[in-house]
Amino acid sequence: MSLQDDFAAALLAPEQACPDGLFSINGADPASRFAVYRNNVHSSLINALAAAYPVTLQLVGEAFFRAMASLYVQAHPPTSPVMSEYGGALAEFIQGFEPAQSVPYLADIARLERLRVRAYHAADCQALDQQAVLLALQGQADLGTLRLQLQPSLATLNSPYAVVAVWAVHQTEGGLATLNPWHPQGALVLRQGLEVKVFAIDPGSVAFINSLAHGNALGTAVEHALEASTEFDLHQCLTLLISHNTLTHLHLEQKVSP
Amino acid sequence: MMTLSSLPAVSQAQAPGLPGRAGLGLKHEHFIEVLETSPDIGFFEVHAENYMVAGGPFHHYLGLIREQYPLSLHGVGLSIGGEGRLDRAHLARLSTLIERYQPHSFSEHLAWSSHGPVFLNDLLPLAYDSATLQRVCEHIDQVQSTLKRPMLLENPSTYLQFQRSTLDETDFISEIIRRTGCGLLLDVNNVYVSCINHQRDPQSYLDALPLHAVSEIHLAGFAEDTDSLGDRLLIDDHGAPIDNAVWQLYEKVLAQVGPVPTLIERDNQLPAFSVLLAEAQQAERYLAQVSP
Repeated sequence: MSLQDDFAAALLAPEQACPDGLFSINGADPASRFAVYRNNVHSSLINALAAAYPVTLQLVGEAFFRAMASLYVQAHPPTSPVMSEYGGALAEFIQGFEPAQSVPYLADIARLERLRVRAYHAADCQALDQQAVLLALQGQADLGTLRLQLQPSLATLNSPYAVVAVWAVHQTEGGLATLNPWHPQGALVLRQGLEVKVFAIDPGSVAFINSLAHGNALGTAVEHALEASTEFDLHQCLTLLISHNTLTHLHLEQKVSP
Repeated sequence: MMTLSSLPAVSQAQAPGLPGRAGLGLKHEHFIEVLETSPDIGFFEVHAENYMVAGGPFHHYLGLIREQYPLSLHGVGLSIGGEGRLDRAHLARLSTLIERYQPHSFSEHLAWSSHGPVFLNDLLPLAYDSATLQRVCEHIDQVQSTLKRPMLLENPSTYLQFQRSTLDETDFISEIIRRTGCGLLLDVNNVYVSCINHQRDPQSYLDALPLHAVSEIHLAGFAEDTDSLGDRLLIDDHGAPIDNAVWQLYEKVLAQVGPVPTLIERDNQLPAFSVLLAEAQQAERYLAQVSP
């Protein structure tokens, strides 16, 4: 074990003794000073998670969140100095965290908040002009072969809970009494300009957008959407995508002759 | 106003250099206020790692603010004192940021923060021995050659010492500067915090440093704790106003080094921008005393 092996191991595990070979000039117990480093590491990481998951925190309260985050920090310390990426596995951790099971939608709220952080920092991309998109769509003989490329900030989430409604109600004071979280809801997250936006969408729209994002042509994406939900409304979904500047390219499928 | 080239210069780290004025750490909470009010401030400093993102508001606002102000890029995650190799991907990200924003200065810490695959998100202390000295100098050489510019190295605040250390911190830093030609980012708060924690006289600590290499100064606030003997233990938390003792030490430093660019750091318990601006103005009054 090198000096930094010992030091790092003792930092991450709160029960572990202070490493050997340290001293305080005044003769104080080095453990009482090592505790400053351990506290810096843990509290800074817990604070980073609290800042990235504000609604998740509100749903369980500060004390519960910090205790849960502390366990997460020990199980999943950061692997990059880019702290905006830290906490990507928190939703999975919550999913398997027994004491959090009393809030069944907690993991999906964490997933939604992670998508918001990613959208906030996602690459900038010039959106197609809305009029130009409409004209191109109208002038297209075979819409089914069209491929639509979407903004890098855009992502979806399917949840058995009303994840967008729960998230939205925590953006303002009060209003919890009328909330019914016990129905499925899809979420669309995107950044328009500098602002991250969250929309509730149906499972058909989630399937449609995911299919487009995988590079499928419009016709295939509609098939996927209708498989997910017979109530899928193509016009409504395209309007949502176009009006929030999510389209960056339109391509015609290159048909290969048989 | 005195120009940087008329300072008692040693390192190329001063060219083109930040202006010999007070600057502020730029926090995202203050982006819009800075753009709307265009405060009279010498420069802004950002933590490099916060801008290692693809796009979005951070780059948008920093780009606009960079058009109006000189910029210092301050790294907190390179782990120059780490036992392992420097993270080349991280160095590449730094190169990209430097290319994009053309900062007037790049600085990092005499500390380690990564170990193996794990990033510990704190500036951790080093044993001051010849093996560590060799390693730190190699890492700084690598940084300076990769980034194609000299860097500034910041003196640490520490809470413990290593039995393995064979050199004083000041001798260790002096030797790094001599061997690598890097500049010194003198964090006066760190000097004070470490000197209290290790029962050393701050003035003698300063006297043992190559102050001619100081190209930037940091000022910040600390928190107070006690150790197992009930002795004062100061914690460099960047969460409080600058202490009077640190201002006094700063004044003594300026008398020796002249009007060196001075950053007010506040990363926690962030107050209103006007509060930080008032601290910057206080630093400018001290700077004016030593400007010709």
